[in-house]
Amino acid sequence: MNFPDDLKYTRDHEWARVQGAKVTVGITDFAQDQLGDVVYVELPEVGDVVKKGETFGVVESTKAVSDLFAPISGKVVEVNGPLVDAPETVNEDPYEEGWMIVVEASDPKELTELLDAPAYRKFVEEEQE
Amino acid sequence: MAKRTPLYDVHVQSGARMVEFAGWDMPVQYSGVLDEHEAVRTRAGLFDVSHMGEVVFRGPKALEALNRIFTNDLTKIVDGQAQYGCLCRENGGIVDDVVIYRRSAEDLLVCVNAGNRDKDYEWLRDHAGGAQVTHESDDWVQLALQGPRAQAILQPLTGADLSKLKTFHFTEGEVAGVPCTIARTGYTGEDGFELFCRPALGVKLWKALMEAGKAEGLVPAGLGARDTLRLEVAYRLYGNDMDDATTPLEAGLGWVVKFDKGDFIGRDAMLRQKAAGLSRKLVGFVLADPGIARHGFDVLHDGKKVGVVASGTRSPTLKTSIGLAFVPPALAAEGSTFAIDIRGRPASAQAVKTPFYTRK
Repeated sequence: MNFPDDLKYTRDHEWARVQGAKVTVGITDFAQDQLGDVVYVELPEVGDVVKKGETFGVVESTKAVSDLFAPISGKVVEVNGPLVDAPETVNEDPYEEGWMIVVEASDPKELTELLDAPAYRKFVEEEQE
Repeated sequence: MAKRTPLYDVHVQSGARMVEFAGWDMPVQYSGVLDEHEAVRTRAGLFDVSHMGEVVFRGPKALEALNRIFTNDLTKIVDGQAQYGCLCRENGGIVDDVVIYRRSAEDLLVCVNAGNRDKDYEWLRDHAGGAQVTHESDDWVQLALQGPRAQAILQPLTGADLSKLKTFHFTEGEVAGVPCTIARTGYTGEDGFELFCRPALGVKLWKALMEAGKAEGLVPAGLGARDTLRLEVAYRLYGNDMDDATTPLEAGLGWVVKFDKGDFIGRDAMLRQKAAGLSRKLVGFVLADPGIARHGFDVLHDGKKVGVVASGTRSPTLKTSIGLAFVPPALAAEGSTFAIDIRGRPASAQAVKTPFYTRK
């Protein structure tokens, strides 16, 4: 399973790519694999405010519904609109084309609370046991 | 600990993701639900459905006794034919929906839902009506070979002439040397077969079918695809679309209730219900708004809760959100509109004729 080193992770299986104050958010390879075929994605709108640890959207597979949790607080400045019509992209390319939102972080200190790749990998391995 | 079918190791070796379902450790998917769904609609899929139960009625009273507790009419089918219907309580509530295989008037096999195995056996035993009732659920492996290529895959493996086997008929025969009951039945809306064999020969049968199906694009398929396939053809799922507190009339199964055949358990209650008028009806719907309606979501009309979603999914074939919901009869007519409360957002829905999908 692929967990890129340049990303930060949550225990709810979201990833965050930090570029200055802008943080791109998606779900991890592990999350998409556990869900199975993603058939529906519900995302916030540009301008919405999200709060760290709170839900910002929903992803559904044929069988399961799963909340999306914001890894960081801030304003949504971009949304991956094409995902709505092509939710399978989340399975095919979770870290690039399958990104979900870009958040302008209001409190960059929150980033320090996220896991790095080795810590997330360990977390996933423990959760699977 | 969850029970395992004799095919458990084969599933794990085939890369299945196992989940607990009705007390059983079952494959939910192998390559993926959408993949498997598409394979069954266009080629073929093989399902292990050994978690289903079997109860057999034998003896001179067998047919008469079963017909007294079954809503459909077993005198209307011939030996070698199967029939779908319900077992009901006195108040019309559904104990289970079952398929009964009439081997003869003195030997009938009742195929019951996995989650109802023991409840059904007790119900059937308590209403034996002089028949010998045996619980054979652990004595059978059941495999479902489903899809337009099913006959082409199965025919080379058996001496039985499948071209003569009509829908909802069955025959005894060997498949790859394994003695089987070969039934032209299924739960997917495609042509296909359900094969019953002894547990010890289940793995042999599975492997022979998978091998024979390679060239035809056969894939192993799990419970995930089984659910999306059955919902596209609006086949009911016990526990979702009906239960002990739902009558066949409410569940849209009036077509398997034969009031004119004579007395059967639940008949009086359902006649009264019919005369008084139903208070709710199961109806097919499609969503006009984005989202997926799930079991338990509220149905809204004029902002008020008027019903509940029984089953819902994204239809892989139709690419729309479909479902079955209990609504007041006034909203059950084709074209009626109502809303589904999807996590606080009302999504508009329209009642449609079922099945959602019909095979060509």
